[in-house]
Amino acid sequence: MTPTSSGTASGRLSAAFAKGHPALVCFVTAGDGPTPAILDALVEGGADVIELGMPFTDPMADGPAIQLANLRSLGAGTKTADILKMATDFRARHPDVPLVLMGYANPMITRGAEWFAAAAAKAGVDGVICVDIPPEEDGELGPYLRSAGIAPIRLATPTTDAARLPAVLEGSSGFLYYVSVAGITGKQSAALTSIEDAVARIKQTAQIPVAVGFGVRTPEQAGPIAKVADGVVVGSAIVDLVAEHGENAAGPVRDLVSALANAVHSARKVEA
Amino acid sequence: MNAPIPNSFRTQPDAQGHFGQFGGRYVAETLMPLILDLETEYRKAKVDPAFQAEFDDLLEHYVGRPSPLYFAPRLTEELGGAQVWFKRDELNHTGAHKINNCIGQILLAIRMGKTRIIAETGAGQHGVATATVCARFGLPCVIFMGATDVARQAPNVFRMKLLGAEVVPVTAGAATLKDAMNEALRDWVANVHDTFYIIGTAAGPHPYPELVRDFQSVIGKEARAQMLERVGRLPDLLVAAIGGGSNSIGLFHPFLDDPSVKMLGVEAAGHGLDKLHAASLAGGRPGVLHGNKTYLLQDEDGQILEGHSISAGLDYPGIGPEHAWLKENGRVEYTSVTDTEALDGFQLLCRTEGIIPALEPAHAIAAVKKVAPTMPKDSIILANLCGRGDKDIFSVAEHLGVKL
Repeated sequence: MTPTSSGTASGRLSAAFAKGHPALVCFVTAGDGPTPAILDALVEGGADVIELGMPFTDPMADGPAIQLANLRSLGAGTKTADILKMATDFRARHPDVPLVLMGYANPMITRGAEWFAAAAAKAGVDGVICVDIPPEEDGELGPYLRSAGIAPIRLATPTTDAARLPAVLEGSSGFLYYVSVAGITGKQSAALTSIEDAVARIKQTAQIPVAVGFGVRTPEQAGPIAKVADGVVVGSAIVDLVAEHGENAAGPVRDLVSALANAVHSARKVEA
Repeated sequence: MNAPIPNSFRTQPDAQGHFGQFGGRYVAETLMPLILDLETEYRKAKVDPAFQAEFDDLLEHYVGRPSPLYFAPRLTEELGGAQVWFKRDELNHTGAHKINNCIGQILLAIRMGKTRIIAETGAGQHGVATATVCARFGLPCVIFMGATDVARQAPNVFRMKLLGAEVVPVTAGAATLKDAMNEALRDWVANVHDTFYIIGTAAGPHPYPELVRDFQSVIGKEARAQMLERVGRLPDLLVAAIGGGSNSIGLFHPFLDDPSVKMLGVEAAGHGLDKLHAASLAGGRPGVLHGNKTYLLQDEDGQILEGHSISAGLDYPGIGPEHAWLKENGRVEYTSVTDTEALDGFQLLCRTEGIIPALEPAHAIAAVKKVAPTMPKDSIILANLCGRGDKDIFSVAEHLGVKL
């Protein structure tokens, strides 16, 4: 990491994976609970990368926890403009913590992908994960993100075979999000051996860090995964705490993230 | 209407599954390899005479095809204009056109070695048709159905259960067709190794819009041949109702390159286009949902709005991508009729022809009622009677204020 690389979109993400330990990536749904306070709690707890979920009426790849979070957020009146404001304010408070928007295609392209990419860049967003734009439809959003200096972060899954992996990696940057189970968010977790095999296989091809998510809820699960991956993603467990504690969620979220960060960061040393 | 007029309207989609700017494969990565497999397998099946022979045999001896082409004399007389003819797909086994597609897809599922079938359903017709073919081929079947629809389509829920299907009520969102489709996609993502998703309409990720259209095109192929045989010429106007658009694309597609044949797709205007409705083409704009790019009812942020129609089979906030394309290039005209007009059309057909239609084709009948009187008496309208109304008598009675 060079001093000039932090503070920029690509610099923040690569720096997060070059701290000398595996990265903890934390997801929370925008507009569900006191989002600014929760985002601060994620940072204070030790999250290295923040994924801010953009709520959608039809979250087809999500399990009940994140579906309900989407509905609570939309029910509270969250608009795209509000989410961009949350990102802008977060960037002002935390100039060095990478922030990734995660969601579904329609809210991202509805005013034009070019508009969205420019607005996200202006808000200090480092990367975008769009669940329902596979490499085959990259033209819908990818080129606009890349022009705006935002990393298109793609998902790889247990069904992504060796023949397909290069297409998934092509044009993606920041990190690769390995979805460890063929399923929806928050459900069962994969066996550690299968994660280890998959990450090893992906890393033969991938030039970017590999973060593993889906079904990771506890420090006990996260630690062993961090031994084999560059990062661990936790989402539904945090969203469940927001559901349980509502306006008072920041404290419990900070405690969980702190425990997760201890487990992930101490799992192993990596070459910076 | 700026798109160039193609030489043929029957060559879509392109290799990437796009109908112009519409269609495509907007799915989670987990599903992508399976979608590609399905396409490969469908390409092989399409040119395999054995597959086609089995499909044709089941349509003839199990479904009861060809369905009749019927001239409706009293309706024609009452409307006082064009001759009105119906393609009688409501006489199919299970009472609607949905079975045509289910036969095709279950044969594909078996070809691919899948051992479990899932489907979504709105009115229940596609659920019943799927449960039927699963019973016929001995495969376990799970049907996702919005809880609201479970309540208003009780007879079809019971039919599905009799046929051995598990019916899962979906309570998310407005608990209707769109939510059932979300839940089916979630199930599929988690069970891709053994599960085949039989999508009921000509929408969803490529190759579904294409293969559903191809299986449903039996409607238009038969109708075209029957018309030529019976009256020696093609109809002047085709009319069909549109939810996702499978019965209409099935009727329209074989006629798309016949320039003399005009086509009218009828969306559900619900309480009216300025109120709650399900007319995606009239009241929506392009977006991405359920694996394809098409016209969607949505707000300024791209959040999907709930469709409304008296017909549970039409209240979907999207439409098949080929219809979006046919609207933009102007080959097909699209209109809409309200719940009230559909109820009038429903009763009109009962009274004049002794046929109780489903509420979905009642929308087509309502459109015929408007357009037939404006056409000369020697002109021919062919409307698709895509389902029978047995399933709807309870909701119709309720709307007419009749206690059963």
